[in-house]
Amino acid sequence: MNWLIDFFADPANWSGSNGIPIRLLEHLEFTLAALVVAALIAVPLGLLIGHTGRGALIVVVSANLARALPTLGLLVLIVLLLGTSTVLPVLIPLVLLAIPPILVNTYEGIRGVDHDLRDAAYGMGLRGNQVLLRVLVPVALPLILLGLRLAAIQIVATATVASYVSLGGLGRYIIDGLATKDFPSVVGGSVLVAAFALAMQAVFALAHRLSVSPGVSQRLKVR
Amino acid sequence: MITFDGVTKRYGDGTVAVDHLQLEMATGEITVLVGPSGCGKTTSLRMINRMIDASEGQILLDGVDVRTIDPPTLRRGIGYVIQQAGLFPHRTIVDNIATVPFLLGWNRKKARDRAMELLERVGLRPEMASRYPFQLSGGQQQRVGVARALAADPPVLLMDEPFSAVDPVVRTSLQEELLRLQSELNKTIVFVTHDIDEAITLGDRVAVLRVGGKLAQYAEPATLLSDPADDFVREFLGQDRGIRRLSFIDDSGLRLRSDLTVPVADEVTAVAATAAAVESPWLAVVDEENRPIGWVAAADLPAAGTLRDVRLLSHGTFVRGKDSLRTALDAALLSPSGCAIAVDGDGRVAGVATRESLDEAMALAASATFDPKDAADG
Repeated sequence: MNWLIDFFADPANWSGSNGIPIRLLEHLEFTLAALVVAALIAVPLGLLIGHTGRGALIVVVSANLARALPTLGLLVLIVLLLGTSTVLPVLIPLVLLAIPPILVNTYEGIRGVDHDLRDAAYGMGLRGNQVLLRVLVPVALPLILLGLRLAAIQIVATATVASYVSLGGLGRYIIDGLATKDFPSVVGGSVLVAAFALAMQAVFALAHRLSVSPGVSQRLKVR
Repeated sequence: MITFDGVTKRYGDGTVAVDHLQLEMATGEITVLVGPSGCGKTTSLRMINRMIDASEGQILLDGVDVRTIDPPTLRRGIGYVIQQAGLFPHRTIVDNIATVPFLLGWNRKKARDRAMELLERVGLRPEMASRYPFQLSGGQQQRVGVARALAADPPVLLMDEPFSAVDPVVRTSLQEELLRLQSELNKTIVFVTHDIDEAITLGDRVAVLRVGGKLAQYAEPATLLSDPADDFVREFLGQDRGIRRLSFIDDSGLRLRSDLTVPVADEVTAVAATAAAVESPWLAVVDEENRPIGWVAAADLPAAGTLRDVRLLSHGTFVRGKDSLRTALDAALLSPSGCAIAVDGDGRVAGVATRESLDEAMALAASATFDPKDAADG
């Protein structure tokens, strides 16, 4: 507890390139960049595969690969290949890590929409893309958001490791702290990462509330 | 008019779902496709709006081959109601109903106004408009499904077992509602069901299909009941065909007696005299407004007093000129007298149908459509 106070009360930790605001911003940058890139790849792919039913194998393979992929190993490998002059070495493993949960959940969300609903939508005269965008996506939205949220949490946690290869982010406090036996820094950094992950969760909870129809979330009470 | 001209649906594995179907569905009528599962009734229905395309033959919609119309365009002009309603869970009821108007590019206000009008038309309260499908009961959802299908006022309505997932009481009320709507709207409706009773209740004409997608019989419900084409149709129709057929025979062949009623204020002595005069052991008792109250047996009359002192026996009524012979017969069976009381639209007595006149009317009905094979069946 004292370490925590030591860490957060130290004015040196609030300014400069090793200050909390800068490190937080760096962490946020990695996270958002990786999440956006992963979403841009995985959401359309999941929608397409879910809607057409073609290419489901990609989803299965990606889900299995994700489990097998050693993030740290990949990170070190890419850094060795590309160097640390850009953020790309961090971004690539983070994106690769984020794609499977988004892809799998988007795909499952679209596939899982009630057959009758699809049938009714086509029967009303909606075209294929209208069925997807006006019916399937709104109904599958909770699962799509879940995929994004799982990916975001994973990225936040893994981005910490990015500091291992001398990039910024909140992981610096932990990695550097461990190296110099500066335990207030280690504990403070861990708390920051955890708080950041929780804040991310809150953002997604809010997004869910704002974007998912009450008819889908059934959060209105039945009258 | 919808015409099936030699329509066959064959799947890749060689299964034939519909086999050379030849059928004409009249404009403004309800045509019911009925049969056991695997008879191709749903496939036939879905070929009309091209949810499935036929392998052979043509389906003509007022003379136009549906295959020449782009499916979404075709479907926007045809109402479609399915079993589980298939409402969009993320949209409010009013927006669900306005689905097709929105697709057709109506402005929001016009589409919503139309949706509100339909909401009322299918018997739902206006405050339902802002609710979501999950807040409605199955029967209510199905009504919304019908309203949604009617939204753009399509001339044709396809209904695929729309009422089979709701309980029997709700089903009956939905059926009545559909018939009421149809009497106002005169749509060309194609209705699929596996329930022969529903087919007979709703259909102007009924097509009975057998497994393998072959048409077994296409006829009006009364004809179906009196003259089933073969053993399959006969078996499918089930029990009590004779009695059920009476539903389609009006009461015009039923003679009424007007001398069998007595006012409730009459003295029992006068009643006994009337009974003797008309030679009937039973008399129907009416109140001051000529509405029936019950039956009294001449043999049970007390020595003195008016009919108010006498315990009257139960009675059954049917509406003259509106109800069928079946209802009249049912009314007769509800009373120990064996006679049915005919009333007018206001519930006032129009006369009494005695056992003799019911006999006559039923004999007349039976002889009109006598089928020797039926007689042999007993």
